[in-house]
Amino acid sequence: MLSEFSWAGASAQLTEILLAVLLAPLLLGWVNQCRAWLQNKSGPGVLRPYLMLRKLMAKDAVVAHGASPLFRTAPYIVFGCMVLAVAIVPTLGTDLPYAPAADAIALVGILALARVFISLAAMDIGTAFGTLGARREMMIGFLAEPALLIVLFTASLISQSTSLATTVETLSHRELAIYPSLAFAGVAFTMVSLAENARIPVDNPATHLELTMIHEAMVLEYSGRHLALIEWAASLKLFVYSCVGIALFFPFGIAQGGDAAGLLLALPTLAFKLAIGGFLLAVIETLSAKMRIFRAPEFLGTAFMLAVLALLLHALLET
Amino acid sequence: MSQFLTPALTGQIINLLAAVLLLLSFAMLAQRRILSLIDLFAAQGFVLTLSTAFVAWATGQTHLWWSAGLTFALKVLLLPWILHRLIRRLNVKWDVETLINIPTTMLFGLLLVILAFNLAQPVSALAGTITKGTLGIALAIVLLSFLMMITRSKAVPQVIGFLAMENSLFFAATAATYGMPMVVELGIALDVLVGVIILGVFFFQIRERFDSLDIRHLEKLKEE
Repeated sequence: MLSEFSWAGASAQLTEILLAVLLAPLLLGWVNQCRAWLQNKSGPGVLRPYLMLRKLMAKDAVVAHGASPLFRTAPYIVFGCMVLAVAIVPTLGTDLPYAPAADAIALVGILALARVFISLAAMDIGTAFGTLGARREMMIGFLAEPALLIVLFTASLISQSTSLATTVETLSHRELAIYPSLAFAGVAFTMVSLAENARIPVDNPATHLELTMIHEAMVLEYSGRHLALIEWAASLKLFVYSCVGIALFFPFGIAQGGDAAGLLLALPTLAFKLAIGGFLLAVIETLSAKMRIFRAPEFLGTAFMLAVLALLLHALLET
Repeated sequence: MSQFLTPALTGQIINLLAAVLLLLSFAMLAQRRILSLIDLFAAQGFVLTLSTAFVAWATGQTHLWWSAGLTFALKVLLLPWILHRLIRRLNVKWDVETLINIPTTMLFGLLLVILAFNLAQPVSALAGTITKGTLGIALAIVLLSFLMMITRSKAVPQVIGFLAMENSLFFAATAATYGMPMVVELGIALDVLVGVIILGVFFFQIRERFDSLDIRHLEKLKEE
């Protein structure tokens, strides 16, 4: 069911996608900068990811011998998936003409599609590290996905809809009440996003040791514009997860309907919330140590348990 | 009652505290270190104190204030202190050995929670108390503490499991009937205290006999 087409909605949707694509590296830069500050370093500056992308775009892409077309197309597919995902998530306003086309479950599917392609591309080259990284990524993915789905189901049960836009509208209009289930779901979601975005307790984004890599091991063979696209997609993924978290747990300030003034006001609110979220992410990363890969099932099992508890608590206490 | 704390909001706060108690029991189930286990037990006692105090405030039952004070003195201050002392004297700070691995234990725990929620549903539907929703959670915590006693092979975590079970029974009493009569509560509190002291003596005896606190060694005790 597609809502009526309107130019205002379409332009809002386009603005939102463009903003997300342009701002995502800034969020990554901000997280890295905060982490450097917390570790008493001066830090690379928040604009570093942009400079990195420019440098990589200008370089020649080198492709390994025996790489199939899959290896060349995977970066574009992954990037495309992330742009699609960003289009579903209500970041500024809930009036998204594209949103009815895909709900929260489809969002998980799109993210899974990107993961499958990047893993396939990593195995395509045939190097040991790529295959290793791909296997680990698939393991973490299969543990994290059920937890993520149940978190989304909890929010959907509260709002009686799986569409993210409707969920946000319901959640920000409810009367002020304490929802224990949402608190549990929030913790579970944080754990899942740490694992999915290759952040510290599960994977180290700044590692140089191939044996401990997960995400980095998969993209070792990429260079030039391909690597740039993959890095950009990774920062977009972080942006998507942050925005889903904001939309589900702190939806206040997201514009409702096609309200132009609300949209203008929503931008600084979103920037503020993302800045806080990025800082908290840096704090979590500074406080925790990377765990052994075999502890990851325990970590994600806990996330799954919390998500199921959230669902059960909703059924027991809030109906 | 003040203006801001409407009955609905108090009910929600009690529900939230119940949820935190449930979370703490899962944390205890998953905890590997004895010292953290004791801290979690103290935290559980503290949340229990808070929830009892809130119920006391919401319902105006004065004897619940006494229960809350008793819980605080005994389960937040005294028992953790005794346990910490025992750990220091026994010198057992090593990781707790579990019989089943932790993710499996958690899944069992989830099943128990579903079971408890289902069991408590018809009972709490009949209850008219402000805390009726939390009966399922109280039952779930009883079962989880029981599971913790079953899955641990060392003596100290088993005792902590036993104490956690007592905590949850207390919570169940508050949830179902606004607490037990004062005499019963005092009696139970004293029983728990005496129990811990006797078990503390047992720890020393077990260790002296087997050089270990692993209670599986007790199975070898046979009359010659």
